[in-house]
Amino acid sequence: MTSLLDIRGLRVAVDGKQILAGIDLRVEAGEVHAIMGPNGSGKSTLAYVLAGREGYEPTGGEVLYRGKNLFDMSPEERAAEGVFLAFQYPVEIPGVPNNTFLKEAVNAVRRYRGEDELDAMQFIKLMRVKIKELGIKDDMLKRAVNVGFSGGEKKRNEVLQMAVLEPRLAILDETDSGLDIDALKAVADGVNALRSAERGMLMITHYQRLLDYIVPDHVHVLAGGRIVRSGDKNLARELEKTGYAEFTGAAA
Amino acid sequence: MSATTTSMAADRFLGAPLVATGGPEWLRELRGEGARRFAATGLPTPRLEAWKFTDLRGLGRLSFSPAQDAIDIQAVAVGRGLLLDIDGPRLMFIDGRFCAALSRLENLPAGVEMMPLSALLANEPGRARALLGEGLADDGQPMVALNAAGLEEGAVIRIGRGTRVEKPLVVVCIGGASAEATASRPRHRIEVEDGAEVSILEHHAGPVAATAFMNQVTDISVGAGATVRHGVLQDAAGGAYDLSTVRVRVGRDAVYESFTFAVGARLFRNDARVRLQGKGASCRVSGAYLLRGEQHCDNATVIEHEQPNTTSREVFKGVVDGRARGIFQGRIVVHPGADKTDGHQMSKAILLSSEATANAKPELEIFADDVKCSHGATVGELDRSAMFYLRSRGIPEARARGLLVEAFIAEALEEISDERLRDVFVARAARWYEEVPS
Repeated sequence: MTSLLDIRGLRVAVDGKQILAGIDLRVEAGEVHAIMGPNGSGKSTLAYVLAGREGYEPTGGEVLYRGKNLFDMSPEERAAEGVFLAFQYPVEIPGVPNNTFLKEAVNAVRRYRGEDELDAMQFIKLMRVKIKELGIKDDMLKRAVNVGFSGGEKKRNEVLQMAVLEPRLAILDETDSGLDIDALKAVADGVNALRSAERGMLMITHYQRLLDYIVPDHVHVLAGGRIVRSGDKNLARELEKTGYAEFTGAAA
Repeated sequence: MSATTTSMAADRFLGAPLVATGGPEWLRELRGEGARRFAATGLPTPRLEAWKFTDLRGLGRLSFSPAQDAIDIQAVAVGRGLLLDIDGPRLMFIDGRFCAALSRLENLPAGVEMMPLSALLANEPGRARALLGEGLADDGQPMVALNAAGLEEGAVIRIGRGTRVEKPLVVVCIGGASAEATASRPRHRIEVEDGAEVSILEHHAGPVAATAFMNQVTDISVGAGATVRHGVLQDAAGGAYDLSTVRVRVGRDAVYESFTFAVGARLFRNDARVRLQGKGASCRVSGAYLLRGEQHCDNATVIEHEQPNTTSREVFKGVVDGRARGIFQGRIVVHPGADKTDGHQMSKAILLSSEATANAKPELEIFADDVKCSHGATVGELDRSAMFYLRSRGIPEARARGLLVEAFIAEALEEISDERLRDVFVARAARWYEEVPS
């Protein structure tokens, strides 16, 4: 059986500097994996290389997504095939209304999948349902994408996009950063609502806090560009007590 | 060598069949004066400071056929195909000739006069002379002199005192409706009397593949307390050289607002000279350009603050792809005594290809006190992180670029206060975005 995501010996350089030094990781449908690690361990690099960001070039190994070579696909193809990255720092796009952006994205993905595009009415109906589920205010759709959004609103907007695009593999990059406890709960509720047997998730986080709300099946520690330890949710609690010192020392 | 080239080019533009003939003695003299002045300079070259970014050698090499005396059926068909979907009175010129069949001059609103110059010359020669005579000073501009040498046709519009004109008045100039390369030199004269209010849309158009030389001069006077909103849609043929000059005089507490939207022509020169001649006069001179291929668009504005408490605002934004080049040159002159002037200009350009070019050249000449003048210019590329963000949501690269370009240009279009004019530009822009090559 092919895995949802199969990362084999992945090495990645950024600006000529080796950041990921051989990652092996498999994510099956229905699983939630957490990647934890100190700053600079390569967590965000892993997220970006999976989503296809320019400048994050694989220098070795391979990544199979549902059996296909992920690096053969453009960022938009990956998205249409069901890969979704929730950004640590969602990008502000002045002049493009959030509504327009979401409709473009939904219909681009539907076109790719050979489905009919949603017309204006169908789209509005879909959005009404989704924003209600996520407790998002109507005016967030009318404003320009992420422009003037608070930290919490930006993250909620990421979860909204995820809910609308219904990915198979969701990668959440530091989704908890910059959130107060209420915003964190709201975002976590949104993510939990999307957990399903068909969907895999890769949660990247520095702190254990998020994992109290989104409980992972597997936890991995990334340090020095390698996964140095894997375990179940209890590993996260352990790290909360001991910190990353043991790993950063080992990786240096 | 260049002197020879210049005079040869001058001869070619002044010889038959391009010089207008006939008409009353005074008109023939005006043309002769224009021809003499043009012959002395020839086409402008980049050695002139005001033309430093624009090289007209390509135009100088072309030769032209005369426009037909009568507008044939094919030309009318071409003209019909280029009409904008906008309601209201219209004057249509095809290769410099008035086309009655595609004009709409019946039932003009009260207080509005709108007619071809040829009709005024035939019916009221005295008035034509008074109207044209004052506008013939060419300020040393070769293209205005050349226009005078070919003076015979154009739009004449007069808005009577206090008249508020409901619908926009449309003036269409089509260049290149026949298979031969053609030259046209319309001279438009627009008088807006005290307290009147009007929107005018100039549409420069032509079939895609045609070669044409369009050398237009538009003279506008805005009476005290009057408001003129002037839109220009430059959508001329891909082989068109469009060298246009707009000269505006703005009276006391009057408002002149212009927006020049350029997507067409091989080469477009938008010379705009606005003189704020009455206390409290103001102008907004703005524009946007969307260029690709080998297109060249040179916006050269001069705002003269001649009286106290006058304000000007300029916003130009451009998107340049392929090997195209976009230019904004903005000169603001604050005359002695024009205290409390407020002048602002901004030029922003985005380059979509490594071979595209954009230039901005602000010039401030201030001879008064207590003056506020500012300018800013940026040239950049599309925001890479925004591109990645859009693509990471499944939006294909070409469409992502289109969305960002659209958002960038939308900010300039906000400068237009008449939404009927804005709608015309927005619709044309939407077609351009769809054509953005991936």
